[in-house]
Amino acid sequence: MAKDLVKTLADLKEQEVMEIVKSRLSAGDDPLKILEDARKGMEIVGKRFASSEYFIPDLVYSGEILRAVTELVKPKLSKTTESKKLGKVVFGTVAGDIHDIGKDIVVFMLDVNGFEVYDLGVDVPVQKFVEKIKETGAPIVGLSGFLTLAFDSMKQTIEAMKAAGVRDKVKVMIGGGQISEEVRKYTGADAYGKDAMAGVALAKQWAGVK
Amino acid sequence: MEKKWQEMTSDEKQEAMFQRWMSPKDLQGNDIKFQSPQAEKAYKERITIIKDAIQMKKLPNRVPVFLLPSFFPCYHAGITPRDAMYDYDKLNMAFKKFLLDFEPDTNLTSIGPGPGRAFEILDYKLYSWPGHGVSPNASYQCNEGEYMKADEYDALIDDPSNFFSNTYLPRVFGALDGFKMLPALTGILEIFGVAVNFVPFGLPPVQATYKALFEAGAEALKWIGAVGAFNNEATSLGFPAAFGGFTKAPFDTIGDTLRGTRGIMLDMYRQPDKLLKAMDRLTPIMIKMGVSAAQMNGHPLIFIPLHKGADGFLSDEQFKKFYWPTFRKVMIGLINEGVVPFPAAEGRWTTRLDILKDIPKGKTLWMIDQSDMAKVKKTLGGVACLAGNVPSDLLKLGTPEQVKDYVKKLIDTAGKGGGYIVCNGAFFDEVKAENLQAMVAAAKQYGAYKK
Repeated sequence: MAKDLVKTLADLKEQEVMEIVKSRLSAGDDPLKILEDARKGMEIVGKRFASSEYFIPDLVYSGEILRAVTELVKPKLSKTTESKKLGKVVFGTVAGDIHDIGKDIVVFMLDVNGFEVYDLGVDVPVQKFVEKIKETGAPIVGLSGFLTLAFDSMKQTIEAMKAAGVRDKVKVMIGGGQISEEVRKYTGADAYGKDAMAGVALAKQWAGVK
Repeated sequence: MEKKWQEMTSDEKQEAMFQRWMSPKDLQGNDIKFQSPQAEKAYKERITIIKDAIQMKKLPNRVPVFLLPSFFPCYHAGITPRDAMYDYDKLNMAFKKFLLDFEPDTNLTSIGPGPGRAFEILDYKLYSWPGHGVSPNASYQCNEGEYMKADEYDALIDDPSNFFSNTYLPRVFGALDGFKMLPALTGILEIFGVAVNFVPFGLPPVQATYKALFEAGAEALKWIGAVGAFNNEATSLGFPAAFGGFTKAPFDTIGDTLRGTRGIMLDMYRQPDKLLKAMDRLTPIMIKMGVSAAQMNGHPLIFIPLHKGADGFLSDEQFKKFYWPTFRKVMIGLINEGVVPFPAAEGRWTTRLDILKDIPKGKTLWMIDQSDMAKVKKTLGGVACLAGNVPSDLLKLGTPEQVKDYVKKLIDTAGKGGGYIVCNGAFFDEVKAENLQAMVAAAKQYGAYKK
């Protein structure tokens, strides 16, 4: 019996993971089951990150292993799986700011925790946030920013949501290097997250997940 | 007779560096004349309190105060960051106004924004700057990428200079593409075959690259003339410059602009030995970079912006294995040459404090952002001068009274027994001017030590 894919991925043993996946594929195992195990492994990675057992290098590495697994498995997939998602989140770094490390970590953590994240990237114009909220009907919005100028961009983005009549339909969280409760009040956001775990906790709370 | 540099102890070298800072010279090596005896007195008093705070041997007369923003002086003077990068008169106007409006104890200098036109000529890809990738009213920001590939560690380790000239620079500067064709200059030895090495310099792409270099060089020279003129003027008015140059922790050298965050983090798993070896290889180069800038500018403080060692970025084990050993070696290398390393621990570094305090006493200055200041004072503060911890959100959104209270508390905790400089914690752009006034006023009002 091959080693457990869930555990091996959670332990970040890249080579062993790849061997397991290859042998399971050649043994005719259901590709969907392989991906499901990989997803479970990533869930453990997320938990270990949340409990400070893992740090950013470990997250980055796990993402890289998952990408390689997906590449191996994808050609064998006949149908795509629709796993149930906890909720939609629109996410991006606000206008004028192109920092992405913090944003990417929160997006990653939301993703492994079962959210469907629409990542708009960096330097996102206010209107693009509004359009994506309307298009997806996402009830949760995350605004990221590293520079002090992001405070104003966040405020403007939230004001644009008001002007477009979508502010009442969403909960907005903000985060980034210099973000605090004072900045939250200034921007009119609903909450701020000190780190990625706080962001996930907020999203879960807002989505009504325990 | 004066002792030779090589025979001096690191204490003596540091003292000599502070003395050079006390006797400022222009780029040609002539003494800078002060505009008044009061300006000269203020200049020397400022350096004296900074020196006393750093050396931790005696209590300074008062707590010094630094203001180290990024593009704030532009907004304050009503110009855009783009103006500051393209119009050097406006640049100096803004930075002079900033200095005279707030009167901190050091001059930020106008070197930060840099010459936009030179970057354009070089087709600089590593950064987006105002009006070139980001709005004319935003600060410049780094475009992270894998400018060094995962399989290029051997090339970097074998010959860092050659890797930079022939591989890294052509990727970072579009106009330096011709450098890919350069010969290894160490092949130029004797008459037989020597001319072969000059053939590349005749090729059109290489000549185009040199043409761009000449143009960018001419622009940079124009720019440094303006920057230098303002620096001399600020000195003559009694304000010492805040730094003599900068260097980096080897992990950040590779993680910021060579491999990028993602790249270096994968390397920690996939090729840790090569990463460690490359950081060792870069260590003496990072030391030399700081020491030669300090020597050239006659200024002991060498700034080290720290990035990927912050809390959360690495585990303590990863920090101890990958970040700290070469960072510490760089600091010790600087200290041995009389230089004062000035690392900026942006973000939170609270979990690293017990590791960081393993450095000689009275030789470093640390810019602290959001780390728990009471803990920092108890640990790192026992051996090193601290600066900072005035938060960006307070400066942007707070009131002058709140800023004053915050600074007073900082002086009470971090300033106890000396070894503290009032300073912002991170590099801010837009904040309220009255809050900066309050910050400087509070430092001067509450910062006097009772003797």
